[in-house]
Amino acid sequence: MAKQISVFLENKAGRLSHVTRVLGDAGINIRALSIADTSDFGILRLIVNDPGKAYRILKEADFTVSETEVVAVQVPDSPGGLATVLEQMAESGLNIEYLYAFLGTSEKDALVVFKVEDLAKACNTFEAKGIKFIDEKHLYEL
Amino acid sequence: MSYWDKEKECMPREQLRELQLRRLKETVYRVYAFVPAYKAKMDQAGIRPEDIKCLEDLEKLPFTTKQDLRDNYPFGLFTLPMSEVVRIHSSSGTTGKPTVVGYSRKDLDTWSELMARALTSAGATRYSVIQNAYGYGLFTGGLGVHYGAEKIGASVIPSSGGNTKRQIMLMQDFGTTELTCTPSYVLFMYEIMQEMGIEPADLKLRAGIFGAEPWSENMRRDIENKLKIKAFDIYGLTEIIGPGVAIECGCRQGLHIAEDHFIAEIIDPQSGKVLDDGSTGEMVITTISKEALPLIRYRTRDLTAIDRNICDCGRTHARMKKVLGRSDDMVIIRGVNVFPSMVESVLLNIPGVEPHYLLIVERRGTLDQLEIQVEVSEKLFSDEVRKLEELGALIGKEMESALGINAKIRLVEPKSIQRSEGKAKRVIDRRNI
Repeated sequence: MAKQISVFLENKAGRLSHVTRVLGDAGINIRALSIADTSDFGILRLIVNDPGKAYRILKEADFTVSETEVVAVQVPDSPGGLATVLEQMAESGLNIEYLYAFLGTSEKDALVVFKVEDLAKACNTFEAKGIKFIDEKHLYEL
Repeated sequence: MSYWDKEKECMPREQLRELQLRRLKETVYRVYAFVPAYKAKMDQAGIRPEDIKCLEDLEKLPFTTKQDLRDNYPFGLFTLPMSEVVRIHSSSGTTGKPTVVGYSRKDLDTWSELMARALTSAGATRYSVIQNAYGYGLFTGGLGVHYGAEKIGASVIPSSGGNTKRQIMLMQDFGTTELTCTPSYVLFMYEIMQEMGIEPADLKLRAGIFGAEPWSENMRRDIENKLKIKAFDIYGLTEIIGPGVAIECGCRQGLHIAEDHFIAEIIDPQSGKVLDDGSTGEMVITTISKEALPLIRYRTRDLTAIDRNICDCGRTHARMKKVLGRSDDMVIIRGVNVFPSMVESVLLNIPGVEPHYLLIVERRGTLDQLEIQVEVSEKLFSDEVRKLEELGALIGKEMESALGINAKIRLVEPKSIQRSEGKAKRVIDRRNI
């Protein structure tokens, strides 16, 4: 399990550069990111090395921020690797809200960040099916 | 219940009407004799001062408008020589030449009395510490409140508008019990208090007397919940005298109009016909005690309704409803009248929505479009697009049922809508019509 920082951004020039600069100046390293966008606004989702500090810094800079629980899953970095994991999740009736890939990798696996409807159920499923997921502490250090 | 001047404020209505008639007659004689513009208007309408025999005859007199004040800029409608005028105030003049008003010494006394009544009505006493955050200067808010607060013997902090952190420091250190400013400014103060880590409940602040812009009942609730105070509405306008024309009492069932100094009518803004009590229309005010600048049937542009039933507080003076809006602030979109206060009311009914909003009206092709910008607070925010879109759709649906037109809801970042230290700007009309 991991903490994702979600930031509300208006669809205006310079907003994304502003948020990343604020984080950069505070010494926060971005480990993974994705942007969900509509015509008016976007939601920036970030995995960073220090989510607590990132949350505080962004709030102080008047951004609308929230912390979301997500899970980072180790997926074999080979053809069909993600498909297998997704199939196993589907079989267990796990609903995925969204997912995105991690920038770094862990050894020979790719890392995929999942936001699921029921986190506890997801973790149980992963354990039962032998899907590896990375704990918070290791994830931020990657 | 405490009154500043019980005899006047609770005067039996029959006696009040006699007083009004006597003062009205005097006023009409005076403007006819001393102001060429009034004489010309009355002559044109075929009315002579002696035709005013009862209060109902007021209807026969022509209206006075803001344009009349502009046409006679700056001092053309004064009935006294400048040697008798001791104070000049002026409107901001955002829509052309400012309107200029003058006061004799007696007018200033009247104004102070009215403000003393207003502050007392809101529960202030000589033991109060009143922080007056209305702007001091040409604007009537600052000095108007100031003289009334001194009159009741309260300790006045003339903090004027702006410098919000210092306002809050003064509030904390000087133990402010009553705050006077615009309703939008107090909400801005609240935001700054949050940033400074100050709990409103720890302050001595007991009540706020807010005015100079229309605000909804929902906004009152929001202010009261956030600041932990009682919020009173005060009404006034520069042309008539400034703040203190009307004030809420503890019952807060409308604002008592100081009827011993003003006669209020409600008219249909289109036809100019006087409407029955209880009907909503434009308020028209005649000043009946002012010396330097009496105004006959001045069109306030404020939309409200009047209730002449006796209030539970014992005051006999008529009550006006909270102003729905100034017809100048009203935007007509595809034939529908929209007031910012209506939008505010809808927003504040949705949990988590902050009363910071902006209406933008544009014309695309031949069609008018209304966009309502709403700030996304942390309470409303979700990391899922679907949920934010649902929020936008919900606000849109509520707006449509309240306003009767559909509006595009644009979610914007917190604090991106400009905060005001005086009157809030709620509408940007980009149609060039």
